[in-house]
Amino acid sequence: MHVDDTDRRVLRQLQADPAQSMAELARRAGVTEATASRRLEKLRTRGVLRGQEAVIDWRRLGWAVEVSLRITLDKTNPRAFDEFTAAARNVPEVLEIQSFLGRVDMRLNVIARDMAHYQQIYRERVLTLPHIADIEALMHIADIKRAEALPL
Amino acid sequence: MIDLDDTDRAILRALAADATLSAGALGRRLGLSQPATWRRVNRLTEAGALAGRRLVLDQAALGFGVTVFLGVTLATKGRVSLEDFERAVTAIPEVQTVQHVLGLYDYRLRVVARDLSDFERVLRRRIMTLPGVGQVDANVLLSEERRPGPL
Repeated sequence: MHVDDTDRRVLRQLQADPAQSMAELARRAGVTEATASRRLEKLRTRGVLRGQEAVIDWRRLGWAVEVSLRITLDKTNPRAFDEFTAAARNVPEVLEIQSFLGRVDMRLNVIARDMAHYQQIYRERVLTLPHIADIEALMHIADIKRAEALPL
Repeated sequence: MIDLDDTDRAILRALAADATLSAGALGRRLGLSQPATWRRVNRLTEAGALAGRRLVLDQAALGFGVTVFLGVTLATKGRVSLEDFERAVTAIPEVQTVQHVLGLYDYRLRVVARDLSDFERVLRRRIMTLPGVGQVDANVLLSEERRPGPL
């Protein structure tokens, strides 16, 4: 669908504060309330705006360890990507599953309560996933920027 | 740290899927009154367990066809260079997330661009010119799924 400047302006303002009222959103985007709500409705029905998710802060829930595991798969098996992904979905501590074109094939974002717990998940749930050729770990220290906003 | 019961976990699961649910709608789903639901959501928000909302957008429809993850190693390390780097990288609009990590890299960045040539422009003009930047390793995102997590 064609997204025009007004659509972008409304989305940009909504992205900055998704919980704001329609009146506030319209004022910030410089349009009437009717226009703002019509534009959002159009973006929703066309699938551009798919919804809103609550962001959960896992550290506050006692999950102190976050690790990014970068995995190279054994590509001699054509089903390696699918079987690895299906098995990774069964590990509850996996928050994100991504696939890449580049030096790394897959990435899993894994959380744990502490280092001992991480060690246990890593040995019992991650290393047992199918078709792994190599794993590198990046230990997460801090989020410097995490808004994940699009530069609309 | 906040203790959760099964109802709290159900609330977090429901809001992670749809943050626009009203306390009334959420309560009906869980068999709770609207004020009781509101009190629980409020407690989770005040404890920081609910840390805001995020729009779920079709990036391609909005003209952003490429997402790239960069692993950045700093050439010079020291408190000053970390702060300079962090301040400058945070200001780049195409950089969606910046994580300080321990391992093969110092920082992990998520970058969006219109296409690969636009990404090359961002990389050359914005990323490679950052203060203290050393080696940069790029991986282009093909697919991504978010999981509900251990709730």
